[in-house]
Amino acid sequence: MTGLALLIPVALGLGLLGLAGFFWSIKNGQFDDADGAALRILIDEEDEL
Amino acid sequence: MTAATSNRAPVELPVSDFAIPGMRCAGCISKLESGLVLRPGIVNARVNFTAKRVSVTHLPEMTMPQLLEAITGIGFEAVAISESSGDNDNHEAKRLLKAMAVAGFAMMNIMLLSVSVWSGASGVTRDLFHWLSALIALPTVVYSGQPFFSSAWSALRKGRTNMDVPISIGVTITTALSLYETFTHGPHAYFDGVVMLLFFLLTGRWLDAVMRDRARDGVSALLKQTSAGAMVLQPGSKTAWIDAKALKPNMVMLVAAGERLAADGMVTEGVSSFDLSLLTGETTAQSVVVGSIVHAGTLNLDAPVHVRVTAAGADTAIADIARLMEQASQGKSLYVRVADRAARLYAPAVHTLAALSFLGWMVAGAGWHESLLIAVAVLIITCPCALGLAVPAAQIVVAGALMRAGILVKDGSALERLAEVDLAMFDKTGTLTMGRPTPINLADANGEQKAVLLALARASRHPLSEGIRRALEIEGVAAGKIDQVREVAGAGVFATANGHAVSLGRPDTEISHEGLASELQIQGKPSFVVHFSDEMRPHAAATLSELQSLGLASLIISGDRAESVAPVARALGITAQTSMLPQEKLNAIARQKAAGHKVLMVGDGLNDGPALAAGYASIAPASASDAGQNAADVVFMGDALTPVATAIRAARRTQHIVRQNFILAIGYNALAVPLAIAGYVTPLIAAAAMSGSSLVVVANALRLKNAAK
Repeated sequence: MTGLALLIPVALGLGLLGLAGFFWSIKNGQFDDADGAALRILIDEEDEL
Repeated sequence: MTAATSNRAPVELPVSDFAIPGMRCAGCISKLESGLVLRPGIVNARVNFTAKRVSVTHLPEMTMPQLLEAITGIGFEAVAISESSGDNDNHEAKRLLKAMAVAGFAMMNIMLLSVSVWSGASGVTRDLFHWLSALIALPTVVYSGQPFFSSAWSALRKGRTNMDVPISIGVTITTALSLYETFTHGPHAYFDGVVMLLFFLLTGRWLDAVMRDRARDGVSALLKQTSAGAMVLQPGSKTAWIDAKALKPNMVMLVAAGERLAADGMVTEGVSSFDLSLLTGETTAQSVVVGSIVHAGTLNLDAPVHVRVTAAGADTAIADIARLMEQASQGKSLYVRVADRAARLYAPAVHTLAALSFLGWMVAGAGWHESLLIAVAVLIITCPCALGLAVPAAQIVVAGALMRAGILVKDGSALERLAEVDLAMFDKTGTLTMGRPTPINLADANGEQKAVLLALARASRHPLSEGIRRALEIEGVAAGKIDQVREVAGAGVFATANGHAVSLGRPDTEISHEGLASELQIQGKPSFVVHFSDEMRPHAAATLSELQSLGLASLIISGDRAESVAPVARALGITAQTSMLPQEKLNAIARQKAAGHKVLMVGDGLNDGPALAAGYASIAPASASDAGQNAADVVFMGDALTPVATAIRAARRTQHIVRQNFILAIGYNALAVPLAIAGYVTPLIAAAAMSGSSLVVVANALRLKNAAK
């Protein structure tokens, strides 16, 4: 039983952390350009300089 | 640069958005972003690849043409996006996504606790878990339930009912009863069911909203026909770029050849011809002289002219058409979506069933508490969880498939209406035909002429030159080498090739009234006259016969003169009405409607706007006017007419799958409801039934992935 007192808050806390992260990423526009983000990894920054 | 940066006042720099349809790869992103910042006056550029847009942050003194010029300089064709296409519509999808995330979080955590309860937790532990569930569920219901509560409330206030009414009642009663159970240490609490229900329903709503947003973004990237502004003559013979919204009467616009007018006006200087096809459907260019009245949205073909603005923005001649369109579209808003029609039958049935089970158990001698529990179980089991997903899941899958095939569907109701049409009415210019001049006798030119033609045509942005360029490039002709190129507005392009003077321009002889033509002259050789006509879209005949096999008869309603419509009608073998004003097109549709037909309108011009809005469903090509694209339910890319048939076929398959989904969802309910009424349903069974039926419905919808083939 004592394990529950620790485990339940931990489980809820981690869940909330994920939820907060998701809200942040929506607000920050992380999902605005999904296709572009996939392509940006291919851009070779060094060549530009 | 450093000095400028440090001295910069803390003001917001202006940001302009451009649509770049030609953006295809990672290289384009880096070329645009790193290329643009190197230009003087541009501070930052950020590409959104998904929307095919670039946002440019620039110094206030940069004008629209300068910015466009900067992007063109890097090698991309850009279109300024007017600010009217705002993003505030995007908020709905975002709000639903947040509500869905909260419901999803709550669902997972409550389920975690519920599983322990189902597997035998009892006494204090069960009470503790119920309390924890309540703690998570209550704020979730308040937050995530809002979209349903507010929609149900507004429907009830109007004396109607929709899908959200049974949902709201079910959610509220179930939450209240579960709270009561928790207080009284009861064995069953339905918090998991409530939250799961919200989660699945919000998923459906969100998919619906995403679909609408994506199509709207796609369409707004195409809006370009009315020029977003004009170069205006300022006092002291200076010029400035003025946005279309800020144009005022009596300003003088400088309209270059190949530019579209941003406002109505009167020509005060210059002689040219104007392409009115977008406005009236007429293919023959109209010549204008000083004193001629010209309208917004028409295209200046030959030479730069000065136009004094007589009416701008809402006062233009287009306003009439806009008014007609608004009236016509009211009929469409009366359409009731399939899901709501189902809800009209479903909601009363569900409520009666729940009330009857309550009464039945009361009469049978069970206590009010037990009867209420059973009534709630009936509500939960019958709550239209899978029904809420049945329609949007199928529609978003098909909209995605169509989008990959270059067909944008504005919203779900468009698909539903498209599936029911039984008569197609086509505009001619720009719809059955390409709506742009295509050279017809290039095969008669010899190799040297073709090479020089292509080189000269590339040097000009005149619509006729573009027609020549497109045709020759498709043919794979290599351009000849020319020097000393200069374009004389109204006359043509002049250059030298191998020391000989060459030119492409207005024919000397007066043959131009036979149709559009331009003349290639090479010094010392006979000249060659290129004739143009408005070619039929590829696969037009095949598409019409396919429509026939789908049970749709076709008609032409055109604003053009009978002589220009006749050849097209003859080639396609369908009847045509000609010289129709926008109002007459509306009347024609109204007559067919009265005769019991559901009319599909396919058109592109401004003059088709009202007809597109009035049709039971409507389709416009991507080359259509703003008004046409805004009024149409479906917009298709590319030259071929095939997407019209493809869209209808896909829409019908969607309706088929939607109907299957309804049957599956209701079938599940039919199995579970007797259990619920008998009082055997526990929260465990409710949860299993709910998620099971939702998954089946979504899986069935995924079968539509190849519907656009």
